[in-house]
Amino acid sequence: MQNQAEVAAVAEAESVAKIHVGAAVKEIGMKIVFAIAAVVFVAAVLVICIYLFVRAVPAIGQVGVFEFLFGDTWLLGSGYYGIGNLIVGTCISTVGALIVGVPIGLLTAVFMAFYCPKWLYKFLKPLTNILAGIPSIVYGYFGMQVIVPAIRGMVGGGGFNIITTSLVLGIMILPTIISITENSLRAVPKSYYEGALALGATKERAIFRTIFPAAVSGVMTAIVLGIGRAIGETAAVSLVCGNVPQIPTDLSMPFMTLASAIASGMGYSSSGFPLEVLISCAAVLFVFILIITILIMLLKRKSR
Amino acid sequence: MAKEMVLREGEVDVSHIVPINRQSAKDKLRAYCNKPWSFVLFILIAVATVLAIGAVLLVLIFTLIQGLPNFSADLFAWEWTSSNLSMMPALINTLVIAILSLLIAGVIGVFAAIFMVEYAKSTNVFVKIVRIAAETLAGIPSIVYGIFGMIFFVLLFGWSYTLLGGAITMAMMIMPLIMRTTEEALKAVPDSFREGSFALGAGKLRTIFRIILPAAVPGIVSGVILGLGRVVGETMALMYTAGSVINAADPSGLMEQGSTLTVYMYMLISEGNAYYGQVWAIAVVLIILTVLINGLAEFIGNKLKKEY
Repeated sequence: MQNQAEVAAVAEAESVAKIHVGAAVKEIGMKIVFAIAAVVFVAAVLVICIYLFVRAVPAIGQVGVFEFLFGDTWLLGSGYYGIGNLIVGTCISTVGALIVGVPIGLLTAVFMAFYCPKWLYKFLKPLTNILAGIPSIVYGYFGMQVIVPAIRGMVGGGGFNIITTSLVLGIMILPTIISITENSLRAVPKSYYEGALALGATKERAIFRTIFPAAVSGVMTAIVLGIGRAIGETAAVSLVCGNVPQIPTDLSMPFMTLASAIASGMGYSSSGFPLEVLISCAAVLFVFILIITILIMLLKRKSR
Repeated sequence: MAKEMVLREGEVDVSHIVPINRQSAKDKLRAYCNKPWSFVLFILIAVATVLAIGAVLLVLIFTLIQGLPNFSADLFAWEWTSSNLSMMPALINTLVIAILSLLIAGVIGVFAAIFMVEYAKSTNVFVKIVRIAAETLAGIPSIVYGIFGMIFFVLLFGWSYTLLGGAITMAMMIMPLIMRTTEEALKAVPDSFREGSFALGAGKLRTIFRIILPAAVPGIVSGVILGLGRVVGETMALMYTAGSVINAADPSGLMEQGSTLTVYMYMLISEGNAYYGQVWAIAVVLIILTVLINGLAEFIGNKLKKEY
């Protein structure tokens, strides 16, 4: 009798242990699955990096690093692969977008954070989200059909120029700048603002002399993110910049950015050596964005 | 009857001092007279806001005015022909790519977020690397994704242009967005939920799937819907991976090419001004989709969120 009970107890203990082992295996197994999902992010970046540069480096080597980066003739069909003018074009369109988007964006963010009545905020906040969600191609087509003829009427020329591109890109980076700046302005302790008011500052002085300095890293992050969006924007820019690979000498001249050069190049010759050169352009764009990402991380570390 | 002010010894008459939060318009005007620059700034703020709102409304209203009269039953016909230029096949392609990429990115993004929030310590080196990777993925421009997808899926795998290649490329693009929103949703679940579950004898896995995830669902779903918005609005990343045929006939499988709505719009634009009306109509459809998606994400994110 006693023996039988002992056997039963042992069997029960064994089955309990089995359940525990099973549960532990499941726990550890799922933990590994979750970790693999996180590894996918790192793997994705590495794969993108490797495959871009494996194709880009030999092509750039063949063209010559100096001729590629600083060459001023971009004629994909005739074997001239200098992206100097395209880099200048990318910089011009980015600066133009900032000139249009940053002042309006920052001031609108101030309005949203400090002046906006509640009923209006309920309408404005979704509106900025929608602005962020509208596909870039819609902005491009709007720019092409509405802003281009308007600018053509004002300054002459074709209308596909720096002013048009800056306006379109400026509108496109607005939501990024507005929402991030607004968040960082709201994150500043209210006591800063109240303290300034109590010392006799006007509302505007309180905002611009106490809140802004306290929120500066958030504001900088907003601007840098805007730069990132402007540098890489393709669908909209390629419709309004005019796609002429030259360094424009005045605001009413057409130009070309790296991204729009890739888009128009892919339309004509998506094979052979020109394709390798276009991949190299994408790699250069990727390096620009890496620099921007590092800048953002440094800014975030500073804000902590 | 005015109440008479009696000042006791040591008291100061404060009746003329206006509390800062109860200024009348006249007080404000007087303050502005002393500080004209503040007034200038106030005017600038007002002008900038009007400009920003004006720009949005201009884009929205102008597109609606141009697009709505061009709507016709032809544009939504099932079969694409060169005379009706139907956008229906492109809409279906968009839907297929969206569902596929959201499935892939949803699983990876949510699982990675669970790892980051529930398992790893935030000081962990691996967590930092994953975060840098996610930040980088979020910043890469769509055209670079497009070129990468072409190198990888079209050329290296030899798939040619396929819906599947496009969907995987899009999944890589929206993974960071879904991970970030899920992380925020998980962090918003109070620790007492976890402690209560552990105290009742549940394991970690059971706690995550039975307690934490259900509580975080609204946040996760609104993140996924925002991802949907990204897929619907994407042009360049899909153009070189899923293909850019103008006769957007329904592909018969995932391994065939097909243009999404935005790519179809781009193709029509590059045909010149002949398809002016159809392009505006597609723009209207895209804007309606954007508004619907944003509204849905906001509704689920705010209205269904429980307060703990």
